[in-house]
Amino acid sequence: MKPAPFVRHVPATVGGATDMLAEFGPQDGRILAGGQSLVPIMAFRMARPAHLIDINGVAELARVSRIDNTLSIGATVRHAAFHRPVADAEMGRMLSTVVRHIAHYPIRTRGTFCGSIAHADPASEWCLVASTLGAEMVARSKRGQRVIAAEDFFEGIMSTALAEDELLTEVRLPILPSQAHFGFYEFNRRAGDFAIAMALVTYRVTDGVIAEPRVGLGGAEARPRRIPEAEAALKGRPLEAKTFQAAAEAAAQAIDPIEDIQADAEYRRELVRAVTRRALERSVP
Amino acid sequence: MSVPTQGSGMTWVGRSIRRLEDPALVAGQGHFTADLQAAHWVRFVRSPVASGRIDRIGVPPNANVITAADLAGVKPIKPMLHKFSYVPVAQPVLAADVVRFVGEVVAAVVAASKEEAEDIADRVEIEIVPLTAVTDARRALAAGAPVVHPEAPGNVIVEGRIKTPDFDATRASAHTLIQFEAHSRRQNATPLEARAGHTAYDGATGRVTLTCTTQMPHLTRTAIADVLGMPESDLRVIAPDVGGGFGQKMSLTPEYVILVWLARRLRSSVAWTEDRRENLMAGFHSRDQVITLEGAFDKDARLTALSADIIANVGAYSCFPTTCGVEPLMAMAELPGPYQAQAYDCVSRGVVTHTCPMGPYRGVSRPVITFALERLMDKAAARFGIEPIEIRRRNLIDRFPYKSATGLTFDEASYRQTLEMAVEHIDLPAFRARQKQARAEGRYLGIGFSTFSERTGYGSPAFAARGMEITPGWENVEITMDPSGLVEARIGSSPHGQGLRTTLAQIIADEIGVEPRQIRVVHGDTDRAPYGWGTFASRSLVIAGGASLIAAQKLRTKLLKIASHLLEASAADIVLEGGMAKVSGTDRSLPIATMARQAYYQTHRFNGEIDPGLTEIGAYDPAGTFSNACHVAIVQVDIETGHVAIEKFLVAEDAGRIINPMIADGQVHGGIAQGIGNALLEEIVYSDTGDILTSTLADYLPPTAREVPVIELHHMETYSDASITKAKGVGEGGAIGAPAAVINAINDALAPFNIEIDEIPATPRKIRATLRSAMEKRA
Ligand SMILES: Cc1cc2nc3c(=O)[nH]c(=O)nc-3n(C[C@H](O)[C@H](O)[C@H](O)COP(=O)(O)OP(=O)(O)OC[C@H]3O[C@@H](n4cnc5c(N)ncnc54)[C@H](O)[C@@H]3O)c2cc1C
Repeated sequence: MKPAPFVRHVPATVGGATDMLAEFGPQDGRILAGGQSLVPIMAFRMARPAHLIDINGVAELARVSRIDNTLSIGATVRHAAFHRPVADAEMGRMLSTVVRHIAHYPIRTRGTFCGSIAHADPASEWCLVASTLGAEMVARSKRGQRVIAAEDFFEGIMSTALAEDELLTEVRLPILPSQAHFGFYEFNRRAGDFAIAMALVTYRVTDGVIAEPRVGLGGAEARPRRIPEAEAALKGRPLEAKTFQAAAEAAAQAIDPIEDIQADAEYRRELVRAVTRRALERSVP
Repeated sequence: MSVPTQGSGMTWVGRSIRRLEDPALVAGQGHFTADLQAAHWVRFVRSPVASGRIDRIGVPPNANVITAADLAGVKPIKPMLHKFSYVPVAQPVLAADVVRFVGEVVAAVVAASKEEAEDIADRVEIEIVPLTAVTDARRALAAGAPVVHPEAPGNVIVEGRIKTPDFDATRASAHTLIQFEAHSRRQNATPLEARAGHTAYDGATGRVTLTCTTQMPHLTRTAIADVLGMPESDLRVIAPDVGGGFGQKMSLTPEYVILVWLARRLRSSVAWTEDRRENLMAGFHSRDQVITLEGAFDKDARLTALSADIIANVGAYSCFPTTCGVEPLMAMAELPGPYQAQAYDCVSRGVVTHTCPMGPYRGVSRPVITFALERLMDKAAARFGIEPIEIRRRNLIDRFPYKSATGLTFDEASYRQTLEMAVEHIDLPAFRARQKQARAEGRYLGIGFSTFSERTGYGSPAFAARGMEITPGWENVEITMDPSGLVEARIGSSPHGQGLRTTLAQIIADEIGVEPRQIRVVHGDTDRAPYGWGTFASRSLVIAGGASLIAAQKLRTKLLKIASHLLEASAADIVLEGGMAKVSGTDRSLPIATMARQAYYQTHRFNGEIDPGLTEIGAYDPAGTFSNACHVAIVQVDIETGHVAIEKFLVAEDAGRIINPMIADGQVHGGIAQGIGNALLEEIVYSDTGDILTSTLADYLPPTAREVPVIELHHMETYSDASITKAKGVGEGGAIGAPAAVINAINDALAPFNIEIDEIPATPRKIRATLRSAMEKRA
């Protein structure tokens, strides 16, 4: 199948892009970034945008930079940019570990970090990273700029707080503290498929016990989020099997699982238990 | 028993020469249907409803849209069987009053470009009054089920029954009976290249050329000419390079009929390229079966009697030319497999439902029956407390020719030897020790065996036994050496990726003493190649190979005669090799190319003793021959997630004489990859209302390179007189044996939990569900 007719617009600057969005957004206009989600759904005619605003030529959006304790990722930075660490220590390692679970190599050379965030697939790895770390999304429109916190940004399956005239110009990821540990585990049927369930955990160890735990789950619910019940089961506890088991159990109980042909609710709960525990096991230094 | 080779004894047969097909393909010089340009493009409008009455088709203004009302005089596709209570059902090339599956073609939009056709198709409004659909074969059999075709009120359109006279008595005296149900979910062969067709009209002759991605160009011509009521010779069918078929491209699709009809009506060129979504919805499905199986064993674990109730969901229509009997009847005839059971009782039914029609897919039923039978063997081994290999040792046939309970003659093969060969390479005791150790650590490893026969290269008598109106089987090959010494072999088989141009050239080269690259194999063009049946059922190397050998032997005889004249020596003293005719024991020789010139330009020198020209025809129609193999899979099952990883896959294979080992290995590898997909991943899912939920490759999951392990292959060559080249077919065995080996391995891994998984694919969700209910029961 091929897309329904559309007009492509090519801005050279962020200002140009937001002007176009202001004009075409209300007329069924959309941003085209890497096209790795949008183009397939257009090919099935499940999306029929009348206008595409192609931001691939906007040079100022292609940057990854570190500002204090945040990593700023511009709107056209590709997944493949994270194959090698873009930051020191655990932060760089975490991103380069996670990126390898996104689709396949050719898709990673085109698809963008911010495109994943804007697309908001519940099983997107980057959405999980953004939720777990507490990212901030920078949205720009002709009306101005606003910064949206991850927990407010993801609203449901492929739905976000972005308005139709807003461009997501960058995502700001808090950098993991230097002594942080992380663990990631994803379950899918084939290498490169979207996750049926995945977990990302981070924490520090102080005085032999877990401090500042974060447990994020993706692919399991309508949107990725942190699971406070699982974090509570970790906080102040020693790094041991019993602790991990308890956190995994708490996560499995806490979720409101989505159902699809790959997994019913009961199976997803089981997977959440498994991926949470395994992410924790992998986090152990 | 060896094939005669001459001269130095160096033969092309048996060598892994590089494929003659590949330089063009890897350099992007291949010719595929979708490369052709056309004046008109077609987009088909398909039914969004599984069952319903067409109320209205709303056509946008000024659009060229063809519906059933336009096709007066076009007959429906109505394949015929003369046995097995077959109920002929008609498939209109465009749905007329009712629709019977999601994806059925309702209208054809014709426009100047693909894009325009698709935009118009988007605006065609089909209003359908929905009726209750039935997608599951068992439900279709139940009383009061919706009726798919009024001709078949019970939804059964083909039914086979076999019961050997000794069955009841043998079963009654059994020591152990084991009964269970084996389920195989619906699958799609997913060739890389989906369907595509292109028609061109010749104003001078009124002929139409249909270029399409088919496995059987001649039969496509026959079928379309019949449906459209035109002489066959007014239609030329070309199968150019074909990007895989696996059986899916051997059935007639209504789309091609419409393309030919349109070319004649528009007196112009028309094209259609299927997209993956159409292919997954409407490009033929397979393997949707439930088998209730019972094995009766004597006290020594010998299978004495076998009974089966086979239900094959054949979808909404019956495919041409095989008919939908292909799955249920193949299953019935071959279920006993390579085991000696002589008492047999089987009922096998083809049931129509509101789903995509079934078509043959690599292995046709045998991946399913092998899986069922191999599960039975493992269950019995467990019951008797013996190793799976031991029960196979006791039951495999070992005397030849062997006459099966269903009347098949098994030619010489190596069922036991390949089992022992596999066992030797796998080191079972070492595995069992490792398995025990792993279990203690909470890791579940399992080993699964599958021993099976692969019936290949069967000729017309085998198909006649099925009562087919169109009875395929034989092949003709015409070989011409041109005046410059180049050889052309025109074949009726129609390879679609198998490397047949190379292997046939190897066979011919050995006979006539030229190199394979001087032999051009011409196929896939009804104007150029002799009538033939195409490529399916692992037949081409055996049958077209045999016909090639016969034609090449005739050509050799003629070349020797010419050489004998020109070299003034007895033909018996002349060998043809390295492009030369040589008189043994002398230094007298003559280039074969020189003889070729003489055969055309100097015929007066032969005193009327040799006919002019260098063309010979070989025909071959064998009874068929059985390849065999033992597959072994070692898997690890993640009991928490249900995920299965295949650690090792080993094969001991016997396909008789191997013409080109590299190509044979490729066939086995590809089949196993598909078999692994069938065992673990691939499943077409319909909703209860008949919506297809797996119409993209995000939902229908063929294996990727990451899911297919390295495959360790061992060969054995049994030369049987059933094939004149001594080669047996090897196209389907990989797909036939792999699912059983993988599922047996999963069951072996999960043995401590006392559960049985008798379903393909064994998805992680199902494995988890089975484990969960076992745990709940225990608790
Ligand atoms: C076979 C396959 C497998 C895949 N597997 C995975 C996987 O495992 N995990 C995963 O996370 N993803 C996967 N993807 C999706 C892939 O990662 C996409 O690249 C990503 O989801 C979207 O990024 P994009 O740049 O391609 O965005 P596009 O496809 O260009 O756009 C996606 C949507 O976001 C909007 N958008 C994009 N950028 C902006 C912006 N800056 N501001 C506002 N709106 C914007 C677009 O308008 C559109 O609606 C897969 C894709 C394919 C084809």
